[in-house]
Amino acid sequence: MNKFLWPLIGFAVLVLLLAVGLNLNPRDVPSPLVGKPAPIFSLPQIDAPGQFFSPRDMQGKVWLLNVWSSWCVSCRQEHPVLVELAKTKTVPLIGLNYKEIRGDGGIDTDKIDPATEQKQAIARAGGWLAKHGNPYTLSVLDLDGRVGIDYGVYGVPETYVIDKTGIIRMKHTGPISPDVFSGKILPLIMELSK
Amino acid sequence: MKRGLLILALAFAALAAHAKEAAPMAVDEVVEKRMVAISDELRCLVCQNESLSGSHAELANDLRTEIRTLIKDGKSDAEILDFMVARYGDFVRYRPPLKGTTLLLWFGPGALFALGLFALIRYLRRRNAEISDAPLNAEEQSQADALLQNEDEK
Repeated sequence: MNKFLWPLIGFAVLVLLLAVGLNLNPRDVPSPLVGKPAPIFSLPQIDAPGQFFSPRDMQGKVWLLNVWSSWCVSCRQEHPVLVELAKTKTVPLIGLNYKEIRGDGGIDTDKIDPATEQKQAIARAGGWLAKHGNPYTLSVLDLDGRVGIDYGVYGVPETYVIDKTGIIRMKHTGPISPDVFSGKILPLIMELSK
Repeated sequence: MKRGLLILALAFAALAAHAKEAAPMAVDEVVEKRMVAISDELRCLVCQNESLSGSHAELANDLRTEIRTLIKDGKSDAEILDFMVARYGDFVRYRPPLKGTTLLLWFGPGALFALGLFALIRYLRRRNAEISDAPLNAEEQSQADALLQNEDEK
């Protein structure tokens, strides 16, 4: 009996480790930005390209920053959740439109100038919002993805919960499911809004 | 004259076409070398088993451009690594720093090996003891003697 006990325990431990390891999501890399101030930027708004938005404008409010793009397939998956959230008017939802033109592999951006790129991006992103519904308080254009780098974006969609003092409190990578929203994001928003 | 101009125009066109194609490589070779050395140390977060220097992912491309810019801005290698870690976490480094959260990563395999070695030595010792502790009884002894006798006569 004793002869088989230890190998059996060893095997059980191995199975347990593999079970845990295989169920972890490799995309879920903890962000070092949680607990740090949201990086400052100033980007043109999709609805009013002459006006710029900066996270500083949101001081004193709990808000969500959602990184999206019209070419992003999973963004469409989470979109209904965002539209529902917008209806409840719980918190402002700011959209960061990530590399609308350049991220879409099919377009050779070397051939278009920045002004044209912005115009095309507004047309495409605006069209997408008109078609699927616009849950955003406002959306800004990050044409070259430079702001995305500052936020450590590596897979759209990504969502950040930012508190009243401008500190990032949570980052969610990948589409927000209704469960993630009601189980993780909403309780945090409620707590931060107190 | 007209023909000369045409040839000149064609030559310039060829030059322009060439310059365009070579653009990514044409940048300073020193910068390029440093960029490759740094990005070899970094993981591409899109294709997680590829280094930043070897990945074709679009984000990897953007980050390589970013590293080039940082090099040209006069940043040191350590500062550039810090820049990446501040945004993407320790996970982007192929050689993560030694700290509380990475202790298991650094010493786990060694500890497991030591444990295995300890178990093996203990097992071997115990087995050795069991074998030497079992003396032959009289009958077995005479049997062994007979066998040995046989061997000697051959």
